[in-house]
Amino acid sequence: MSYEVVIGLEVHAQLLTRTKLFCSCSTEFGGEPNKNTCPVCLGQPGTLPVLNRQAVEFAIRAGLATGCSIETKSVFARKNYFYPDLPKGYQISQYELPVCLKGHLDIEVDGKAKRVGLTRIHMEEDAGKLVHEHPETRAKDASWVDFNRGGTPLLEIVSDPDMRSPQEAVAYLKKLRTILVYAGVTDGNMEEGSLRCDANVSLRPFGQEKFGTKVELKNMNSFKNVEKAILYEIDRQGAILDGTMEGKIVQETRLWDADKSETHSMRGKEEAHDYRYFPDPDLLPLVLDQAWIERVRKELPELPEAKRERFMTQHHLPAYDAEVLVSAKGLADFFETCVAAYPQPKKVANWVINEFLRMIGNDETKIPASPLKPAHLAEAMKLVDDGAISGSVMKTVLQKVFETGAPPKSVVEKEGLAQISDTGALEAAVDEVIAANPKEVEKYKGGNEKILGFFVGQVMKKTGGRANPGVLNDLVKKKLS
Amino acid sequence: MELFDLTIHELADLLKQKKASSREITESVFKRVKAVDSKVHAYLSLAEEKALAQAKNADENVGAIHESPLRGIPLGIKDNFLIEGTKTTASSKILENYVAPYTATAAQKLLDQGAVVVGKLNLDEFAMGSSNENSAFGGVKNPWDLERVPGGSSGGSAAAVAAGECIAATGTDTGGSIRLPAALTNLVGLKPTYGRVSRYGIVAFASSLDQVGPLTKDVTDAAIMLNALAGHDPKDSTSLNLPVPDYTKALQKDLKGWKIGIPKEYFIDGTDVEVAKALQTAIETVKKLGAECVDVTLPHTDYGVPTYYILATAEASSNLARYDGIRFGYRNREAKDLTSLYKKSRSEGFGAEVKRRIMLGTYVLSAGYYDAYYLRGQKVRTLIRRDFEKAFEKCDVILTPVSPTPAWKTGEKASDPLKMYLSDIFTINVNLAGLPGMSLPCGFTGSRLPIGMQLIAKHFEEEKMLRVAYAYEQANEWHKKRPKLA
Amino acid sequence: MKLSKDEVLKIANLARLELSAAEVEKYGDQLSAILDYVDTLNKLDVSSIEPTAHAMMVPTPYRADEVVPDATREKSLVNAPDREETFFKVPKVIG
Repeated sequence: MSYEVVIGLEVHAQLLTRTKLFCSCSTEFGGEPNKNTCPVCLGQPGTLPVLNRQAVEFAIRAGLATGCSIETKSVFARKNYFYPDLPKGYQISQYELPVCLKGHLDIEVDGKAKRVGLTRIHMEEDAGKLVHEHPETRAKDASWVDFNRGGTPLLEIVSDPDMRSPQEAVAYLKKLRTILVYAGVTDGNMEEGSLRCDANVSLRPFGQEKFGTKVELKNMNSFKNVEKAILYEIDRQGAILDGTMEGKIVQETRLWDADKSETHSMRGKEEAHDYRYFPDPDLLPLVLDQAWIERVRKELPELPEAKRERFMTQHHLPAYDAEVLVSAKGLADFFETCVAAYPQPKKVANWVINEFLRMIGNDETKIPASPLKPAHLAEAMKLVDDGAISGSVMKTVLQKVFETGAPPKSVVEKEGLAQISDTGALEAAVDEVIAANPKEVEKYKGGNEKILGFFVGQVMKKTGGRANPGVLNDLVKKKLS
Repeated sequence: MELFDLTIHELADLLKQKKASSREITESVFKRVKAVDSKVHAYLSLAEEKALAQAKNADENVGAIHESPLRGIPLGIKDNFLIEGTKTTASSKILENYVAPYTATAAQKLLDQGAVVVGKLNLDEFAMGSSNENSAFGGVKNPWDLERVPGGSSGGSAAAVAAGECIAATGTDTGGSIRLPAALTNLVGLKPTYGRVSRYGIVAFASSLDQVGPLTKDVTDAAIMLNALAGHDPKDSTSLNLPVPDYTKALQKDLKGWKIGIPKEYFIDGTDVEVAKALQTAIETVKKLGAECVDVTLPHTDYGVPTYYILATAEASSNLARYDGIRFGYRNREAKDLTSLYKKSRSEGFGAEVKRRIMLGTYVLSAGYYDAYYLRGQKVRTLIRRDFEKAFEKCDVILTPVSPTPAWKTGEKASDPLKMYLSDIFTINVNLAGLPGMSLPCGFTGSRLPIGMQLIAKHFEEEKMLRVAYAYEQANEWHKKRPKLA
Repeated sequence: MKLSKDEVLKIANLARLELSAAEVEKYGDQLSAILDYVDTLNKLDVSSIEPTAHAMMVPTPYRADEVVPDATREKSLVNAPDREETFFKVPKVIG
């Protein structure tokens, strides 16, 4: 039997604030264990939380960027459970009254547009980190707790159970990530855990209204793993429903194991949770005034859809180019910076889409670290225009710049890639080619003018593409006449 | 009279006139502690060396040039206030060896004024109790009768001030923990408006109810202490950013034109006869001072105690989750896995009353019971708050008893938690409503046990409460009586 | 209402407390008595009443997003029942 899959995603995004959600410790990672801690984020007796204003502003931004209504009153609640990485024995989160409600994202899968609902966005603090192997001694007989991450502000973005395929789930996640990065609230790095995704997955027979029993999937740290884990879970649940696999679908949390490509139950490890949420008495209600919300709305950075429209009207790009360029904020910024220095948008777009994207392996997270900067691309294009290099060596030049970070001009000099426009320097090569190809000379003289290209090509080959094509053309014609 | 018998303002005058030094006062207090604390057991730890250094500092007026009346005055600090580098136990085995990494804002404010810290005072474990019998390190005795309790949870604070073991003390009040012990030991105990004093650095019991305040020998001292303690703290989100008046300016002797509300629900059968009589006399006195006494009604009074035991225990169950043996505090060393580490450390570290309240609080928040208990409790809290709002439309200050009985014998209520909880019947609603309330001496029983009366004012109207208290106090001699500790 | 032994154990587990058989009995009785008393609140009709979480009705204040270095880490770490360098150490948690 075939089933309809119902998917809802819960995404945690780490906010780009300088300090933690409820104390003034830095959110920087790495470094010595517990370096960025204070009595508050270590849960010492007597400590109290004070809310980071910037985190609230980011939450408002994220809400506005995803079409949510911003709640003028929301409440922080305590989620009570014991774990060594949770210093207070509770996590400060939002429960009944979150800061954003009812938004949506538009996605497209196989050319089909779809709107996915957002249930809510709320703020919460991150837990610390538990390591099970000592980083230096490699001892494994204990666990070690580091609270550097503890208290970092997170947004939890909960979707409606609107997705019906793993592809839709990934499209939603990509779109959400793009928008959050555009809004400037998170760096969206999934490998490093600044964007984390849990998926609620259930199956039901087509046509049935009631949802099936849902399973929560965790520990998927890339788009690919989200897709794989959901696919695996669809197969697993389907097999159980069909009776081809033993077992029962129970409401539980399952961890995705990327090495084994399977999910396994966390049951037994976690007991039935009863989080005993209640309003945190150490914090008063979060009350947002309309003026603040309006200011954030006005200052909201340009979002992908608006940017795509603008690229088409302002830069006269075709829809495809615009779509590719805005798919990642870093890429769009790269393009625009380059256009500012070299105002021929279509040409820039071609190089960015065809060459630059390939160089970074289609991974926009590599843009900031890329040695090839927008100014380099602009400079290389100008070198072609000025006749300093030929269009055919530009690719080589860019590749070298990407590898070394040296500016195009110095690459051209160092590698001897300058264009040869001097007829004297080309004459010998042309003479050699003519001498070596008497048959072709015959044909040309017999009226086949198309054969001219052959001679030009041969000379180009000899000069490593450096010959000035105009000059070369004229020279070959002259020599053959 | 010995130096330790005097009040803050009397000693401040002596210091100003250079008739005494802080060193002499501090030595007098420590001598007293050494003479009587083995009987009273008010202190959990003493800081003699540091205190003498602070006294020296005050005498030399090193550091800041301040004219604070607290300069050089030896104070006792309840042991749920963190002071950096000193043990802070909250009278719990689970914090027996905990050395505070930072200082509570309220304690820092006293230190900034040049006060001398004698030591840390005994309390009911985590401030949970009405008799100070719930201390993991032994109960406190009432200096007026060593066979009786001093009240709780600030029992060590009350006993120490009453016995002359410090000039004044800090306390915390969640359901009456300052006012009840003050009443049972002939002291002035003041619980400010919720949000008036920072809670940062106070070991939390119930966050929406806890408030810091002083226990002093008279009303003037209470105003002096409140001047130092009050004020906004950016580290406490629930501390309000409002200007702090000079509370000593409120101390006026006449009450002409003042309306004192007398709520009938607080004058009930079951109250000790001598207590009831003392309160009636007090009412006559304020009338003589020119005040008009008006009947007011607080119809939801009886629901205060059950509401409190839902809300306070719920908050406590969560506040005390951090005592898990991971980052600080007691850890059972035999536990091999995490769950047993938690369970054994907490079971062995917490005392019976604390565990009882954690259990109750966990229950009322648990799935299926939240609406029936916790949410209902919050709603009744609204009704209680509104009762006071209505009553204050008719009066400036409300006058009630503090405790239905004078100090009871040690052990008398210890086996019946419910009976113990009812000791707070007259004080608890003030916390639920977040109002300022204070206890002040208003007489003695035939067997020389102190009786207290309570004044309650509107939010942030401590001045009105202090004015009535001062006028009443000055018309009597109760506050000058000291226990005869052999 | 009398709390069953199972209920007492369930609460104790949620609160991470270990109770002896005698304590289960004792706490069961005492909590039941307290809850009976608390049930007097059921006499009130609170259906139209807003709950009060705080006695004061002001919004929560904010903090500026500025790093304030803290020098108390070691003072916190000395209180750890077990530590290794600047880590807190706990019995092996199954990862």
